Parts: sequence; C-alpha cells; structure tokens
Amino acid sequence: MTATDTAPVSAVTPRRRRLKLETVLDHAVLICGALFMLTPIFLALTTASHDKVLIQREGLQWAFGSETLTNFNAAMFEPGGFTGDITGATMLMNSFILGVGFAVGKIILSMMAAYAIVYFRLRFATLAFWVIFTTLLLPLEVRIVPSYEVIQGMGLTNSYTGLIVPLLASATGTFFFRQFFMSVPEELVEAARIDGAGPFKFFVDILVPLSRTMIAAIFIIMFVYGWNQYLWPTLITTEESLFTLVRGIRQIVQAIAEGSEIPDYGRAMALALIAMIPPVAIVVTFQSWFVKGLTETDK
Amino acid sequence: MKRARFDHRLLPVMLLVPQLTIIAIFFYWPAWNAVHSSFYLQDPFGFGSQFVGMDNYTRLWTSSEYMRVARFTLVFTLLVTGLSLGLALLLAVKADKVIRGARTYRTLLMWVYAVAPPVAGLIGVALFDQNIGAITDLFAALGYDYRLGVSYSDTALAMVVVSVWIQTPVNFIFFLSGLQSIPKPVLEAARIDNPSGFRRFWEVTFPLLAPTAFFLLIINITYSLFDTFGIIDTLVKNNPASNPMTLVYKVFIDGFRGNDIGGSAAQSVVLMVLVLILTVFQFRLLERRIHYT
Repeated sequence: MTATDTAPVSAVTPRRRRLKLETVLDHAVLICGALFMLTPIFLALTTASHDKVLIQREGLQWAFGSETLTNFNAAMFEPGGFTGDITGATMLMNSFILGVGFAVGKIILSMMAAYAIVYFRLRFATLAFWVIFTTLLLPLEVRIVPSYEVIQGMGLTNSYTGLIVPLLASATGTFFFRQFFMSVPEELVEAARIDGAGPFKFFVDILVPLSRTMIAAIFIIMFVYGWNQYLWPTLITTEESLFTLVRGIRQIVQAIAEGSEIPDYGRAMALALIAMIPPVAIVVTFQSWFVKGLTETDK
Repeated sequence: MKRARFDHRLLPVMLLVPQLTIIAIFFYWPAWNAVHSSFYLQDPFGFGSQFVGMDNYTRLWTSSEYMRVARFTLVFTLLVTGLSLGLALLLAVKADKVIRGARTYRTLLMWVYAVAPPVAGLIGVALFDQNIGAITDLFAALGYDYRLGVSYSDTALAMVVVSVWIQTPVNFIFFLSGLQSIPKPVLEAARIDNPSGFRRFWEVTFPLLAPTAFFLLIINITYSLFDTFGIIDTLVKNNPASNPMTLVYKVFIDGFRGNDIGGSAAQSVVLMVLVLILTVFQFRLLERRIHYT
C-alpha cells in the first residue's frame, strides 16, 4: 500500500514528459492517416483545375491552376458520350433519382414489413421472416447474370423501374427496423389499444414519430448506397440518357483506355468530384445520425 | 417473444405483400435460375440448352485460369481485410485517446466512406497512370518502372491500395464506436493494475473489442469479394486480358462477354455457397456474443 502511495509522487515529472511525447506521436499517426485519406482527393481537386495538355505533359498537378471553372463547366454541361446527349447535369439528376428513389422505396417497404412481423399475430410469421432474411445472404453481385435475364425478360432494361426496384430485393432495411421496433417499449402498444387506437393510428401517430432518427439514419445510408451503385446500372442502362454519375465513370475510363486522343484528366477529375460531393456532404453533415444508424446494425 | 400484438388477419399480409413480391421476383427467381442453369449447357446462339449434370462445375475445378483467379481473390481478400482492419484499428485507438481535435480527426478519417468504388478507381487510374501518375513518378524516383494494366503485380498493387483506402473509414467508424462504448471504470481499473499502455491494450481493450473485430472481419471479407467490383473494373479499364481479377469479376466477364451462361451460373453458385458459409459463421459468432453481453 505504501509503495503505491509514494510511487505517483516520484513519478510525476518523468511521466508528464513521456505523456507529452506520446501525445505528439498520437497526433502524428492521426495526421498521417488523415493525409492518406485526403491526398488523393486533394490531387483530384488540383488536377481538375488544369488543362488536359498541361496534365499530359507534366503529370498530375499539386497546385491549383486557372481552369477549374472550364473543367467543371465541361463536366457539367458539355455533352459527352457516343450519342452526345448526356451531360453531367443529366447524370446528376439520374443519380438523385436513383439515390432518393432507392432510399424512399427501401424505407417504405421495410417499415411495412417490419411492422407486420413485429406487431401482428401472424400465422406464417416465422416463414415470412426467413424468406425475407435469407436475402441478406446473397448480394446482387452473386446472382447478377440471372437477375439481368429476369429484368430483360420483363422488358425493364433502360427504365427507372428496372434500375431501382431489383435493388430493393434485400432485407437490410427490414432488419434495421425490426431491431428498432423490438426495442420500443411494449407498454406503448397496450396503452394505444386501451385508448382504442387501431394498428394504423398506432403506426402513424406513435411508431413513425418514434422512429424519426432511425428513418433519417437509414435514409442517409441507403441514399449513399443507391447513389454509389455501379454494376447494376452498368448492366441495366445502356441508353446514355439514363446514366448516373457513377455509371458515367465507366464511360470516361473507357475513353481514357482507347487513347485515340489526349485523355481529358482535368474534366474526368471534375466529374469524379461532382459524383462524390452529394454523398460526402450528406455523410459529413449528418455524421452523428449516420454513425448511429451504421453501428446500430452491429447487433 | 411475448409481445402485445394486434389481432388483424388481412392487414399484416397486405403489409408484407409488396416486400415479398419484390423478393420473390428479383431474388428467389434469379437465384433459382442460377442454380438451374449451372446444370445446363446453353447454346451460345440461344437455341435451347442441354442437361450436362456437374460438367460446368468440373470444368471450373479443372480450369487453371479459374484456379488462378481463385488464388488471386484469396490473396487480395486477405491483404485488403488485414491492412484496412489494422490501419483502422490503429487510427481508432489514437482518435479515441487524443483530446484536442478529436472531432476533426473523426470527420477527416470517416468521410471517404461515401466515395463510390468506381470513383475511387478512377482517381486510382490517374494516380497510377503510366504517363502522369503521381505514384508512378514516386516509383520512377525509386528506380522502378511501374506499369498499370501491363504488369500483373503492378495492377494488383493498385487494386489493393485503392480498396484499402476506401474500406478503412467504415472499419474506423465501427472500431471507434466500439472503443467509446467500453465502460470508463473498466479502463480506469486496468490503468491501476497495469501501467503499460501497450499491454493494457492487448489484455483489456482488445478482448473487449473482439466482437466488433469479428463482425468487421466478415463485413470486410464480403466487401473484398463483392464491393470491389467497381475498383477492379475501372483499374483494368474494361480490358481484363492478363490482368488480375476477382471471382465476382470473372462471373461478370464469362456471363456477359464470354456468353458462357452455364459456366457463369456455376461460378455464381460457388460464390453463393461461399457466402452461406461466411454467414453461418457470422451467426454463430453473433450467438456467442449475445451470450457474453
């Protein structure tokens, strides 16, 4: 006992100095990590401010140039692609349609299903549960070829329906909402029933307001997920007027690979930045909701 | 589950119908088709198909190219999972420890989560480009002639670096929230017992983080197998040739380019089995975890 009492007194000065060095090291590690994360984006940003000839001659640029507006303007409004009827603005709109459509569809479908599973006495509840949750097992990428054939057979290629609806065939949202509904106190249902509220009134007046944060968090996660889809849009949309920004990236890479003319890396980086700004802005702005929504799944 | 519930018969069914319909059409039907056509040999011109039993599968096991892709996928998955988990854990531990700027670090380290894989791939194409790439210049300065899309190992390196870059943030978010949920008294008690920060981490903090780490392990394996598609497709610039590729990319190439529907379906089924094994593994871990907490 006496040893532990005296030890801190004698250790005060050296420990404080060591602590300081440790703190410096901690910050150094974090700054290196942040640089690893940021440098590629910074280079994309600086390169997007230069002319393609200069980039081709001197490589990626570390300093800002004067062509920022020209490149972003070209990426946004100048027609590109083979048919020449697609601009960055059109792709931006398509990306929003896919992101919002997917997120909203997912929330509506999964809230309904989770409500039915958690709050009703249902004969085939266990079966329905397993039928829905098996979809968690197999990502779309695994069954991509037959999925494409099904959509093609239905004549849904090159349509927003074919783009969005098949992506909804997974249970992630239902799973989140089920977990959340299970954590809602049971007394609320009993109280609602005593007050004579039916299932519809209970859902609209009690459950939806209670789930607000959860809905927001899932919206953010699903919006980013929908916005960033690549493989499915690549297969389903061959008409350029339906391209999303992320889908458009593939076209740019192909143009670079063909190498018939000087690859316009300035414009390509501008388009890459336009494609990442909306999801990044949403994630950064609603950080705490997003982190909560994401880590809640870890249950 | 003994919850208070509503007694309706039709309403819950109507609530479930939309989700079940979509799942039936866009999940079970294609999944069944994959299993079905993996036992058939399709005529490339669409004139019928012939039952061939396990032929499509034996073709896979005996194909040296498929085995090469499988080996690459294994190495790629191990590297991406290991590196991004390790890096994320290191950064999360530090971000949890510092007092100044903790929020700024958190934002800076997590936001890349929202960057789409092919967008990251395009930036990778620029960074590793033969003429203009900054990383290519760095290699040149070290006396190495780096060639993306030409040298197998050089392309593989770019794939791993870009995948780790984009996967680290999500691991960081989970590790940080895991660290922050460890009760402070536990850590204070550990501090009294054991003054060495390094040992304290491995003996106290890490075991408490283990559930998160296991969960992330599965997530990362799934990510390396499937979600890296966009990165690989952009980095090989739609020209696989002799470039490295993953199993999922091969399903895509064989199914859409090679028109080998049966072979591609057999590959899909192999991947399905792989994911099933991973999921069973994950459920067992989750069960054990509920037991602990």
